[in-house]
Amino acid sequence: MTKKQKKILIRILISAFLFIVCITPLFNEYVDTLFLISSYLIIGFDVLKKAGRNILHGKVFDENFLMSIATIGAIFTGQYHEAVFVMLFYQVGELFQSVAVGKSRKSIANLMEIRPDCANVIRDGKEMSVHPSEILKGEILTVRAGEKIPLDSIIIEGSTDIDTKALTGESALRECLVGDEVLSGCVNISGVIKLKVVKEFEESTVSKILELVENASCNKSKSESFITRFAAVYTPIVVYCALALAVIPPLFIGFNNIAIWKDWIYRALTFLVISCPCALVISVPLSFFGGIGGLSKHGVLVKGSNYIEALGNCKTIAFDKTGTLTHGSFSISECKCCEISEDELKLLAAAAESHSNHPIAKALKMEGITADSAYELAGLGVCANYNSMTIHAGNAKLMKSLDIKPYHTDFTAVHIAKDGKYAGCIILTDTIKKEAKTALEKLHTLGVNQTVMLTGDSKATADAVARKLGITKVFSKLMPTDKVYVIESLLDDGTVAFVGDGINDAPVLARADIGIAMGALGSDAAIEAADVVLMDDSLEKLATAIEISRFTQKIVIQNIIFTLSVKIIVLIMGALGLTGMWAAVFADVGVAVIAILNAMRTLK
Amino acid sequence: MVIIMRKTFTLDEIDCANCAAKLEAALNRIDGVDKATVNFFAQKLIIEANDERFDDVLKNVLDVCKKMHPECTVKL
Repeated sequence: MTKKQKKILIRILISAFLFIVCITPLFNEYVDTLFLISSYLIIGFDVLKKAGRNILHGKVFDENFLMSIATIGAIFTGQYHEAVFVMLFYQVGELFQSVAVGKSRKSIANLMEIRPDCANVIRDGKEMSVHPSEILKGEILTVRAGEKIPLDSIIIEGSTDIDTKALTGESALRECLVGDEVLSGCVNISGVIKLKVVKEFEESTVSKILELVENASCNKSKSESFITRFAAVYTPIVVYCALALAVIPPLFIGFNNIAIWKDWIYRALTFLVISCPCALVISVPLSFFGGIGGLSKHGVLVKGSNYIEALGNCKTIAFDKTGTLTHGSFSISECKCCEISEDELKLLAAAAESHSNHPIAKALKMEGITADSAYELAGLGVCANYNSMTIHAGNAKLMKSLDIKPYHTDFTAVHIAKDGKYAGCIILTDTIKKEAKTALEKLHTLGVNQTVMLTGDSKATADAVARKLGITKVFSKLMPTDKVYVIESLLDDGTVAFVGDGINDAPVLARADIGIAMGALGSDAAIEAADVVLMDDSLEKLATAIEISRFTQKIVIQNIIFTLSVKIIVLIMGALGLTGMWAAVFADVGVAVIAILNAMRTLK
Repeated sequence: MVIIMRKTFTLDEIDCANCAAKLEAALNRIDGVDKATVNFFAQKLIIEANDERFDDVLKNVLDVCKKMHPECTVKL
């Protein structure tokens, strides 16, 4: 408890003590009244003060004003006990609320405690302990076993295992050697390493992640917008109803009867107490914030509560094939040669692809084989010069443009032409991720009834993969620009998510309702382009993200229904005179505390 | 080309979510403020405004904060 909270607790105890003393027949009526008034003032002076000050600033209808009017009204109708009890109850409730909010803030802050706060830097041959924000690019750091990596850097000495749990939510260890990049927030497990700083504090991965989560509150969900509009309308309506309740019935029933006026004014005061929508205004954003925090613990970064809602409602997910459903690393499965040996064919392919970064090129490249020059032919392949030969490597279209009839295959193949003559083709396969099948099945059980695959590969390859994974729709042989159109065509079916590796999928990610980038660990471009970022490349995280989003939505709805029901019931009972002010205070503050505690469940 | 600058501040002593919501609405009505967000749980205030007028707009923002919540301090 903070100092402020402790002070309020002391006031509550003193006031409660005085109040209890007044209930007992210890003292006479005059002493009792004195004690009651003191008790009231002790517990309520700050509420009265705030109410007065806020009225001066034009802010009339706030909690302080309502509580003041309600309790002063009670005093005027001679119900001193009621006034003190209600004020006491209110302050107790407010204290609970304050503690609950403080606790939830702390939980969220703990979740985000991935930020390292000290680093050992070597300056002038001496090791110093400084805050990571004071370290510049290029400086040398020492990180011992068990310590957190303070900044994004490269290993220059030593090798070790790194735990990426803080960033990805997975406790898998990665072996890192000299020359490997290690990211801030990860924990060095095995041995001492020396690092050279690549990114300064503000630019390092940990800071980026924290910034993302903080800024996520800018993107509000539909529920939050609804609550804001509702709250603005709710309070005035209830206050006017209270006014009506205080004035209209007495006018008709017993104009001259003071007792009747008192009764109905009392009921109206009860109304006033319930008119604060605090419970909703706190618990709904808290649920989403907790959801975002909870998701980031799993290595899923969501850029706004609106995306949590979208993920929860998502029924269609489109996947980019290469790199998302598959490892994106091709391997040679078969060679069909035309008048040359298999080795020579592979050599030609290696030379042609030596300058390319395409995933297919990686499978064909060979160490030491480099073309003298090469240029890319978009959508067709590559043309290279090697040992005074002109080599063309690419798809069937490329061969046709050279007037060559290539070997026909439905699978992904690279056709090679040497000096304009067909040399053969190399058939490649792409390995499907092991967990892809179970992940997709899980998505189906979660209600994602349409899974779509987008790929530039041939129909045969695409269909084969789709069949293995149980994907419902396949779009193959897509040019990069076609992918956007495919997504557009799916938008009519409901909320569409697209999962890709982020680097060259930016337009598609933007077009989909939810753009999800996978394997984003270390990729700034992916983090920028996507709405949801999966830090590692495990497809199962996708299912986890949807599960947690659904859970968050459920809690939000629970809170809304619970809060509104209790408030309406107590309003009705108050209007009918069936209940006292204490019930009204509970309907206001007690409900808020329960809603907050419920909202904190999203942090799991 | 209009450059929008975004700055994040820490809000101390903001206890009531309703007040935070009202503050956010009031800040968004200030001329020059593109978007203001009050994150009640992280205790952060995020202001997006035109880069050239940012200092003026910031002064207005701080005034409004002071008026609505005298006990709440805004720190960079």
